[in-house]
Amino acid sequence: MSPDFLIALTMLTNFTLVATSRVNKAIQLAVFQGILMGLIPLAMGLGKHTHILLLALVAIAVKGGFIPYLFRRALRQVKIRREVDPYVGYTVSLMLCAAGTGLSLVLAHALPLKAGTTPTFLVPAALATLFTGFLLLVSRRTALTQVVGYLVLENGIYLFGLLLVEEMPVLVETGILLDLFVGVFVMGIVINHIHMTFDSTDTGFLAELKD
Amino acid sequence: MSLYLLSLLLAAGSGIPGLFLRRRGAEVAAGLMTASALAGIGAALGVLAGGPVPSLRLPALALTSPSLLVLDAIAAWFLIPVLLLAACGAWYGVRYWEDAHGHPRWVRLVFGGLTAALILLVAAAHTWLFLLAWEAMAIGAFFLVSTEDRLPETRRAAWIYLVSTHTGTLCLIGAFALLAGVAGTWDLGALPRGFASSRLGTQTFLLFMVGFGLKAGVMPIHIWLPPAHAAAPSHVSALMSGVLIKMGILGMVRLIAWVPDPPLWWGALFLGLGGVSGILGVAFALGQHDLKRLLAYHSIENIGIILLGLGLGLIGKSTSQSALAALGFAGALLHVLNHSLFKGLLFLAGGSVVHATGTRNLERMGGLAKAMPWTSAAFLTGSWAICGLPPLNGFVSEWFIYLGAFRAMAGARWPWSVGVLAALALIGALALACFAKAYGTAFLGTPRTPAAAAAHEAPRMMLLPMAVLAGACVLIGVFPMVIASALDRAIAGLGQALPASSRLAHLPLVTVLALTLALLALGLARWAWAGRRSEPVPAELPTWDCGYAEALPRAQYTASSFADGLVTGARWALFPKVHEAQVQGPFPEPARFESHVPDLVLDRVLDPAFRLGSRGLALLHVFQTGQLPVYLLYVLLTLLFLLIWMVV
Amino acid sequence: MSQALVPALLNLLFRAFVVLLLPPLIPGLITKIKAWMAGRSGPPVLQLYYDLAKLARKQAVFSRTTTWVFLAGPVGTVAALLVASLLIPLGHTAPLLAFEGDVILFAYLLGLGRFLTVLSALDTGSAFEGMGAAREVSFSALAEPALFFGFAALARATGSLSLTPMLQSHGMWTAGHLSGPLMLILAGWGIVFLAENSRIPVDDPNTHLELTMIHEVMVLDHSGRPLALILYGASLKLVVLGALLVDPLLPVLSKGWLNGLAFLGGITLLAVVVGLVESTTARFRMNKVPQFLVAGVLASAFAFLLLLV
Repeated sequence: MSPDFLIALTMLTNFTLVATSRVNKAIQLAVFQGILMGLIPLAMGLGKHTHILLLALVAIAVKGGFIPYLFRRALRQVKIRREVDPYVGYTVSLMLCAAGTGLSLVLAHALPLKAGTTPTFLVPAALATLFTGFLLLVSRRTALTQVVGYLVLENGIYLFGLLLVEEMPVLVETGILLDLFVGVFVMGIVINHIHMTFDSTDTGFLAELKD
Repeated sequence: MSLYLLSLLLAAGSGIPGLFLRRRGAEVAAGLMTASALAGIGAALGVLAGGPVPSLRLPALALTSPSLLVLDAIAAWFLIPVLLLAACGAWYGVRYWEDAHGHPRWVRLVFGGLTAALILLVAAAHTWLFLLAWEAMAIGAFFLVSTEDRLPETRRAAWIYLVSTHTGTLCLIGAFALLAGVAGTWDLGALPRGFASSRLGTQTFLLFMVGFGLKAGVMPIHIWLPPAHAAAPSHVSALMSGVLIKMGILGMVRLIAWVPDPPLWWGALFLGLGGVSGILGVAFALGQHDLKRLLAYHSIENIGIILLGLGLGLIGKSTSQSALAALGFAGALLHVLNHSLFKGLLFLAGGSVVHATGTRNLERMGGLAKAMPWTSAAFLTGSWAICGLPPLNGFVSEWFIYLGAFRAMAGARWPWSVGVLAALALIGALALACFAKAYGTAFLGTPRTPAAAAAHEAPRMMLLPMAVLAGACVLIGVFPMVIASALDRAIAGLGQALPASSRLAHLPLVTVLALTLALLALGLARWAWAGRRSEPVPAELPTWDCGYAEALPRAQYTASSFADGLVTGARWALFPKVHEAQVQGPFPEPARFESHVPDLVLDRVLDPAFRLGSRGLALLHVFQTGQLPVYLLYVLLTLLFLLIWMVV
Repeated sequence: MSQALVPALLNLLFRAFVVLLLPPLIPGLITKIKAWMAGRSGPPVLQLYYDLAKLARKQAVFSRTTTWVFLAGPVGTVAALLVASLLIPLGHTAPLLAFEGDVILFAYLLGLGRFLTVLSALDTGSAFEGMGAAREVSFSALAEPALFFGFAALARATGSLSLTPMLQSHGMWTAGHLSGPLMLILAGWGIVFLAENSRIPVDDPNTHLELTMIHEVMVLDHSGRPLALILYGASLKLVVLGALLVDPLLPVLSKGWLNGLAFLGGITLLAVVVGLVESTTARFRMNKVPQFLVAGVLASAFAFLLLLV
């Protein structure tokens, strides 16, 4: 499997993510993207480095196993199916996502990055995934979808990290993974609390907390 | 080294068993802390007695440092009060917290952690370790200060402390980064000649002074100290005032040790700061009615005295007058030890008083010496020592500093240190006034409130730590020779080979005079007591008071009245607030009179400034929508802006 | 051996006489001078000895408010003064103890006495005594710097940090340019002397209006032997602090006993001067006292400045 194929798949996932209104499906897509993230370094032929191999396996385990588990638990508790009333509609989101991807292609060309062995689409895909994550975070109301956005955002950063994967110390990568884990964990607690307090997972209610 | 590490581990873990034990957790914690103190003090005494300097290296950590921890003489000197106060505080806390207005397990855990951080800090020989321990200490102290967080006053104190300690850490990070740039390594050690006088050296020095000064509570930047000490539980206040603020001094001492050729103005700056802290610290203390705030201002005063000693030592080092350097440094270091002993004692005794009467306000106490004779004796010992009166330990260290000042002045080079003499004399006289006020109002006379009348003596477990500290005060005061050689080793690290005790061959004379004084006093007391009225009536006679029928408790001289003359005399610096009702007509309404002395910097400068600033910043509230997605949008926009800016 | 021993013993006896027996005479002298100036015959010069003897036989009353601190005041004051008197040279006779930095010990021993006196006053719970205690500590906060500036000036001039060489360096003062600073030091110390010993114009030991007193009002409640100690301590303080003023002015004489006599003469003269001052000046209002003390601080500080020139 060529890495470019996987990267293209990632970008496709991005589009599907912004277009879907079903929370359950968004989560499945995020998990799928997470597994892709784990596979990309292997497809790039980096599996010969032990620590990268290990890291990929851990990433797959966390993103494909543990995080979905947390999600399912949260879903069970809050009983939500759909994102009913996003700040930005699905069509507009799709267009914004497309614009973001386009911008990433332009930016990726202009960015002063190390040229060479990396797959052609890696940098644009990283930026596009980043933007998609942000888009989800900004435009959705339900806390669960926002967590999905956070995951996607992190995937973007992860892709970016692959550029430097051979020089980057293990410490930093594990740090990112840990960060992700803690992030989801905390969000889970927050979701629970929002739900308990406002009987909804609409983060808009949080505005009541400002002074 | 193993003793030291054992001590570190025991202290760090002292609170852990208590988490799982249903009963006696406090005793176990105190026991572990005592074991830690014994191990650590053993290690420190070994070093101070001239044994080898233990150090710890961890090559595996890939840090290029030759050693991570070095228990040299200076570290050992600071380690002793840390452990002594921690152990005394732990035992004291057993009963102090039994009524549990807080979270005793939590407090014990953090108390152990804070002690461990202090133990680590004194011996840290690597920048990162130093900063790590520094932060751990700051955070631990923050948790302990905020123990009684249901009181708004405590929350405010903890908040002020957190902000100022982090400001200090920021300065330290900057200073250490500059230092590492010069030395080319993160190890802490001697600096090249000429660095101190360079521009970069000046910047580094000033950053260090702000960072360490904030922790030590040097006068213009002391703002966190009085509220935090007042709000913390008393054994924590004792540890904070006794050793935590001394870590600022430790930093300064280390800095002095690293610099081979300090410029003269460094010493002058130390003297200036010391004079200001000393005089204003005690002046503000005079105006306080809150017993613990009063003690906290006295910590500022004593930091001032220590700075005066360090300043004289620095001048001696700059001008190569080794005798002067030895006296100044010896006085400062000895005062570090002494202050932790008597201030710890005072905070513990003061805590018992607060515990017994339920108030920190001096005006609501009185007559406690009858109900709490031992606590009263402990507080008197502490007051005696902190005023620098012979024959207790405070006198010995102040004596060294006086001698240094005399020496600096008698030599032709630095006559202006006569100012140090005058400042010390003034500080001494004012401290005497302040402690006469504190002790007199709280313990002597008759109880002013029912709560004070119902006070009870502290339990034995709280008295014992006080007895240990008081004993140490008397020991050093009467037999100063016992610490002379240890002190010499400690100051040898500061770049002055000359031992201080060679200048003070007459230290044994102090013992002779102290014992003479004690014998004379005993003899005279016996004689005077023998002449008391022998008829069986006597015990119930009231104070004569020039024939007043009955001296009412309310008619006693209050703490405010006692200090009024001096506070009014210094109103140009203290700005006391007086609330006075007008009394009019032949049958006036009941009127109230109140006066208090707010903190100059915090309440008069920073608070108004911040309030003004926050009003200006309120304009930015537009951007605070409270909507999470909008905040994330800000992040996205910033990211986009940065990306495009980079490309274009 | 015996040749060295006899003068040493005589010196010791002389010191014991001055410290233990002489002091009560001084207030008697002052009172006598004041009486003569006012055209009265006054109480006998030895009156204080009679008073002390009477008080030693009287029983003391302790108020139910008081604790042991009440007794510690007079006892501690006298003990501290006695130890301080070991350090002070009496004229140009050989000192008992002299070491580097004894000046500071001397000053702090006086402080110790003050601390204990103030506490024993507060122990009675009386408003009057509290008032006196407050005044005592306030005024002494100003007297202390004056004392230390004087010590600083002397240390600078003599290059020594010990009381004995500082005070026994008469030769230097006759050297001309040093007599100016000496006059200023003595002026500053004179003010300290009057304030610390509660004399007119700072305080009036003979007044009977409690509201205006400083030292006397602190000891209102003492009686019997403790009061005897207080009275003796006050007179001892006159001698000990008086030695500071007298010593630098005395000429060095060839014989030891002559020097002793010179000291006694000096102290007597001091008592006469104090009597004259008390007869001719009025007591200050309480709020004028700090100004007077600041004048003392300034005088000693100027003495130091003059030495720098």
